[in-house]
Amino acid sequence: MGLRREIAASAVGMLILTVICGVLYPLAITGVGQVAFRSNADGQLVYRAGRLVGSRLIGQSFATPVIDPRTGHVEMSGGEPVTRPDPRYFQTRPSGTVPADNAAASSFANYGPNSTITERAIAANIAAYIRLNGPYYPGGLTAAKVPVDAADTSASGIDPDISIANADIQAHRVAAVRQLPLRLVLRLVARFTGGRGLGFSGEPTVNVLELNLALDRLRGGR
Amino acid sequence: MTVLGWVLILGFAAILTALALPLGGYLAAVYTGRGTLLSAVLARPERLIYRAMRVDPEVGQDWKQYARSMIVFSLAGWLLLYLILRTQRLWDFTGLNPMGFDSAPWNVTFNTTSSFLTNTNWQYYGGETTMSYFSQMVGLTVQNFLSAAVGIAVAVALIRGIVVRSGRAIGNFWQDVVRTTLYVLIPIAVLVALLLLSQGVIQNLTTYLTVHGITGLSQTLAMGPVASQEAIKLLGTNGGGFFNVNSAHPFENPTGFSNLVEMLAVLVIPAALVFTYGRMTGSRRQGYAIYAAMMAMFLGAAIVAYVAEAHGSPAQHAAGLHTGVIPGSGGGNMEGKEQRFGIAGSALFDVVTTVTSCGAVNSALESFTGIGGAVPFANLSASEVIFGGVGTGLYSILLYVLLAVFIGGLMVGRTPEYLGKKIEAREIKLTALGILITPLAALSATALAIASRAGRASISAVAGHGPQGFSETFYAYLSQANNNGSAFAGYTGFIQPVAGNAGSRGITFADLVGGLDMLFARYAPIVFVLAVAGSLAGKRISPAGLGTMRTDNPTFVVLLIGVIVLVGALTFFPALLLGPIVQGLTGHLYS
Repeated sequence: MGLRREIAASAVGMLILTVICGVLYPLAITGVGQVAFRSNADGQLVYRAGRLVGSRLIGQSFATPVIDPRTGHVEMSGGEPVTRPDPRYFQTRPSGTVPADNAAASSFANYGPNSTITERAIAANIAAYIRLNGPYYPGGLTAAKVPVDAADTSASGIDPDISIANADIQAHRVAAVRQLPLRLVLRLVARFTGGRGLGFSGEPTVNVLELNLALDRLRGGR
Repeated sequence: MTVLGWVLILGFAAILTALALPLGGYLAAVYTGRGTLLSAVLARPERLIYRAMRVDPEVGQDWKQYARSMIVFSLAGWLLLYLILRTQRLWDFTGLNPMGFDSAPWNVTFNTTSSFLTNTNWQYYGGETTMSYFSQMVGLTVQNFLSAAVGIAVAVALIRGIVVRSGRAIGNFWQDVVRTTLYVLIPIAVLVALLLLSQGVIQNLTTYLTVHGITGLSQTLAMGPVASQEAIKLLGTNGGGFFNVNSAHPFENPTGFSNLVEMLAVLVIPAALVFTYGRMTGSRRQGYAIYAAMMAMFLGAAIVAYVAEAHGSPAQHAAGLHTGVIPGSGGGNMEGKEQRFGIAGSALFDVVTTVTSCGAVNSALESFTGIGGAVPFANLSASEVIFGGVGTGLYSILLYVLLAVFIGGLMVGRTPEYLGKKIEAREIKLTALGILITPLAALSATALAIASRAGRASISAVAGHGPQGFSETFYAYLSQANNNGSAFAGYTGFIQPVAGNAGSRGITFADLVGGLDMLFARYAPIVFVLAVAGSLAGKRISPAGLGTMRTDNPTFVVLLIGVIVLVGALTFFPALLLGPIVQGLTGHLYS
């Protein structure tokens, strides 16, 4: 086979395979996905009162914007609103995206294991967690009692889940702030706890968005 | 560490073996031209493709013709992909660029194109802020398939060279590539995509959605045709994420079960090919011996990574965290890891994708502990022969097998033979060259990058203090030279101020050196492998005698592991000492 014919064969072959692998295959999967797994294919979107409030799979911030008392406007810092965790809600894990919980530009925090920057970041997360939850936790919280997932940045920056230990500690605060029996909140935590894949792959997860929406429903929609 | 963590690691190995055995038989049927279940459906379209290309699939090629077809085909793919990526806006009329993203700059595109052609899928860009759906589907997904098909084709050609009884033909490149795509990759990819869809991986073509959260904050959700690309990304050991954080993104990898499916998808073809090898050589024990060597090294790596990550990092301990297992939390180094995977699911995924050329990640490698992070280093230093990439793993370990046979032959003082074919000076020279290309590319690029200001510009300002700066640089070029694609992601070659590439620029040094590294370390070894195949194909098979060294018993497995470890260690040990090993041995923090 001469070189010229080889080039022609390559070009034609590349185009045919591009149509098969790059057009027919993804469109076929899109078609099947939209028919057989509609909700999954669209991202497990969650609506409340007709309004899109999030995706079950994507972690989001449950903080409220801070209002500047002098101006009456939302405080801004670096083009982003300044926020404070809302104590009525369970909080997701620390995020390494810019800004935090950015589901349009996921990124790792890339904190090295032997870096003082990492130590300071983790220490700051611990302090924030203790500040938020410590007052409501029997006996108070120390760094050693903070579950690792609450102090360490997630990989995606939009981890939708927290550990059971993390949820149990936050449950004390949520119950106190909402004036609900702790039992009831813990029962909700258990309801939104997912098991491991096939019973052995991964860790149990508490889905924060579902849990928070269920809390709001307790009071007739808030 | 938890009992279930160990169950995951061992259970994974068992399920993998159970899936790979039958698949290995199927692959052997495909490549020896025997009919398969799918032939009834696929034989006609297959013939039509050959006719359109005007090639005769039944004509055997010698190694030079085979190599030429491979190079011309890859060049065509390179040009097409570069063109698609650089003309991203031109395809807006298809409606597949809902966010109106511009093309990435030329230097980043050079790196990306070389990356996807060589099955590396190293990514300086973040998918959801750079690529249109058109580029992801018609550009990147296609090369996910075809780079995998080329790798498998080369491995099959080498097997034929080893087993053929006469003549110089080692198969037909066109037939091998088309068959691999139609009979192997597409059917399994459809299966994997459906499994992933059932778990929550998304697959749509809609514009990004804006969410109004219950506390009044808004969030934008990136969307896209993810499941179709995710399936082949893993199956073809490509590893290029649809999203920036790859398989850590909940839309790419939503559950503990999907994590298991993804890990199996990565290893199933490389593992099956080893059994295919046993069948095609007519001695399944040859395949089992190689499989045993691979599995032993794989489990060793998984155990070390799991123990190290479960222990936690110096930074965590300095901050006062307790990293042991407590009720309701698995503990360990959860920095840069997702809750649903936990420590075991992250450590195992990391090992699975760095022993292969996959390089997908479900956690931040940069945040792994020194020893945990040394495991991917060690895997890459072994040149990806522990299962390895699809095809590349098998042909790479076969080079080591030839080397082990040669060394064994020297020890007992006989002319070395492998499966009845004499291994002589020519084969050993080609083998040594094939083995040494990757270390040469990795180490010289690292040296250049560390010694020059242009190279150091890529080191992360957040993480790259002290030995970590060396580690991430070394890892970048080791990963690209191995066509792996995983990264200590702080190392960058692309500055992107806003999504969509307006005002973005590449770091030319990192982009070009990395891109050339990938191309050189992919195609040069392939040419040497095909030359070995051609050289062996022409040899007569002599019957095994009393003095013939056996290559299917435990002694040989140990010899093979020894050769792999020795070559890798001698080549990379000094560099490894400077980075991850220093970090692993100290609790010291650097600033």
